[in-house]
Amino acid sequence: MAIELKMPALSPTMEEGKLSKWLVKEGDEVSSGDILAEIETDKATMEFEAVDEGTVGRIVVPEGTEGVKVGTVIALIAGEDEDASAVEAPAKKTEAPEKTEAPEKAEKAEKAEEAGDSQAKAAKSEGGSAQLESEVQPRKDPVIPAGTNMKTATVREALRDAMAEEMRRDERVFVMGEEVAEYQGAYKVTQGLLDEFGPKRVIDTPITEYGFAGIGTGAAMGGLRPIIEFMTFNFAMQAIDHIINSAAKTNYMSGGQMRCPVVFRGPNGAAARVGAQHSQNYGPWYANVPGLVVIAPYDASDAKGLLKAAIRSEDPVVFLENELVYGRSFELPELDDHVLPIGKARIVREGSDVTIVSYSIGVGLALEAAETLAGEGIDAEVIDLRTLRPLDKQTVLDSLARTNRIVVAEEGFPVCSIASEISAICMEEGFDNLDAPVVRVCNEDVPLPYAANLEKASLIDAARIVEAVKKVCYRG
Amino acid sequence: MPKVKTDARPGGESAGSPAADDEFVLHSLQQTHAADRRYKASKEELLKLYEQMLLIRRFEEKAGQLYGLGLIGGFCHLYIGQEAVAVGLQSALDGNRDSVITGYRDHGHMLAYGIDPKVIMAELTGRHSGISKGKGGSMHMFSVEHRFYGGHGIVGAQVSLGAGLAFAHKYREDGGVAMAYFGDGAANQGQVYESFNMASLWKLPIIFVIENNQYAMGTAVNRSSAETHFYRRGTAFRIPGMQVDGMDVLEVRKAAEIALEHVRGGNGPVLMELNTYRYRGHSMSDPAKYRSREEVQGVREKRDPIEHAKAELMELGVDEAALKNLDKRVRAKVSEAADFAENSPEPDMSELYTDVLVERY
Repeated sequence: MAIELKMPALSPTMEEGKLSKWLVKEGDEVSSGDILAEIETDKATMEFEAVDEGTVGRIVVPEGTEGVKVGTVIALIAGEDEDASAVEAPAKKTEAPEKTEAPEKAEKAEKAEEAGDSQAKAAKSEGGSAQLESEVQPRKDPVIPAGTNMKTATVREALRDAMAEEMRRDERVFVMGEEVAEYQGAYKVTQGLLDEFGPKRVIDTPITEYGFAGIGTGAAMGGLRPIIEFMTFNFAMQAIDHIINSAAKTNYMSGGQMRCPVVFRGPNGAAARVGAQHSQNYGPWYANVPGLVVIAPYDASDAKGLLKAAIRSEDPVVFLENELVYGRSFELPELDDHVLPIGKARIVREGSDVTIVSYSIGVGLALEAAETLAGEGIDAEVIDLRTLRPLDKQTVLDSLARTNRIVVAEEGFPVCSIASEISAICMEEGFDNLDAPVVRVCNEDVPLPYAANLEKASLIDAARIVEAVKKVCYRG
Repeated sequence: MPKVKTDARPGGESAGSPAADDEFVLHSLQQTHAADRRYKASKEELLKLYEQMLLIRRFEEKAGQLYGLGLIGGFCHLYIGQEAVAVGLQSALDGNRDSVITGYRDHGHMLAYGIDPKVIMAELTGRHSGISKGKGGSMHMFSVEHRFYGGHGIVGAQVSLGAGLAFAHKYREDGGVAMAYFGDGAANQGQVYESFNMASLWKLPIIFVIENNQYAMGTAVNRSSAETHFYRRGTAFRIPGMQVDGMDVLEVRKAAEIALEHVRGGNGPVLMELNTYRYRGHSMSDPAKYRSREEVQGVREKRDPIEHAKAELMELGVDEAALKNLDKRVRAKVSEAADFAENSPEPDMSELYTDVLVERY
């Protein structure tokens, strides 16, 4: 029986990749440890090694193929007693889509099936990150001038472009962090910056968050414009003293003399199957601190426009990205200088029956929920807060005044959350406009578990938002 | 006999002499300093250093008094006994390009930098005319104009921040050197070593100054530190160390010049350990029961930096009357600062919400 070589998942979030290069050809003898191919993921180009011994029988997916789904058979290896030239791919498994899945998910699964990819479907349905996916696009931001040419870009590209443009514009701007330079970014966000700006301005650090966060903060005090990348915000816990005690408080403590224009950025929130220490949304932590600006964008346009604004700000900014959103594509305006205002929420879907407030990855889920609700006759407005501090209360309260019902959706712990804050604001300042109590939809109040089923149960999803909206609308 | 191949660097510890490794200058600054320990000050120069030390002493005594009267609140850490450190080191800096950062025991460093005692004292009393508009207090004072970057209340934070200032000097190629002061207590913080590593790796222009006053709050150095020779603490990062008598202002000054020459030459950081002593408690609320009165008295009598400089001035021919006049002048300046600090109004209530953020969003 021939051994099937399947497209491997080479990162926790990888769903597909490019088969860049075969390093073996049909008929080659391979043994375990031999490098068979180079595979490009969304983050890096990886080498794919043989595990079994045998002869390469057939290469099923030719090199240069893009978008090869994880689990797709890419080659067949004949065992010792087999005739390598005769190996054939096993018959395509036929498997009915699970009846229990939501219709849209079943459709996705079918698509995967068509690609000869039963494995991919299995991988997709496990874990909680799948339920954080969304394909619904926010409506176009009305601040983008009519007639602006739009291109499709990933959030990752938008962030990179924002940094590159600001570095071209201002000599004082530099990027510092772990693997930002030669590795091209642990999540490829700083890809290409070293080539353009050189090692003076794109600086790899040792794995010492406390130290380099302090150096970045000190450099800002000394007049530079540092962008400090944390590989993830989980690791920024080692450095939170500098973010809060050194960066946030100095302007006030110095009576406005000593500014600290630093940007701390990196992925925040749950990723895929990485367990509790790598999966937390720190938005509420930073949003608690006067002296900081906290931004958590969702789509590519906001990521770019707000990161540029953050770099230009005279204040210390915590810029919270999301690993699961880096690879998502959105419309991005082709403007020479796309800078958006900090502290302004954005209505990403207009509606009249109920308001769903969210930010970061939750926005996609809120939009998904709104689509579902539309099918059931509930017209939901979706607000992306974008900036968590200072919070744009007015946009939320204005929307509440129109819809009289509000749900807050947040991928994060429920206790002392942004959702809690929004609830308090609505109660204190919008009480007369409330026709139902504010409902929070957050992750479960437990450290994020590793096991796929438990992870899935812990994380927010669109269905829970739908349920909450029905509750505030008193609909069954 | 064939040589055994090892990973050891040539001239490593087994080779004996550090001079065998021309890259490795860990001990060379100490040797240079040992060969010529004291700065040869003219009478005028020494008088100036003496006056600055005296100003710090009298200022701190007055601050202690005002604290006792309830005019200064919270934590107040006095610099009495350590004056020669800040004065000796800062007298060697170039005020137009070098930067200084320290921890919460910061009054002395500011005075040594020539910052007006009035605005410092008014900050201690929490008044509008204080250097931080009364919003910082004793531990949080800054003067960007004088390149004095604080005044930081978190033990050890100023070491990483100082490395950041040095990073900015290097990035801008402005020729400046950052001087980051910290205590023997802070010297045990993890971020200090993270900063040592990066500062040495990137050859940042910084002088790390450990003011070893023998006590981390109430814990004697030998109860908290496995290596009490703090100047050796940079060795693992290839940072040359210097051990300096922090009670002798001219020795401090000379050591500073040697360190500065090394750092300005683009050779990366230097670690200086200044052995000193604080006469008062850790803060005003510390009864200092962890040491004997005799110990403090012994240092005061035998090693006091101000008395030491005074005796030297008299040897140089400055007469007693001139020194008395100088003391009078200093006392008057301090009284004036105290009056100013007592009589300035508290910050206006409108200041509560100013300076939280620079921009409006």
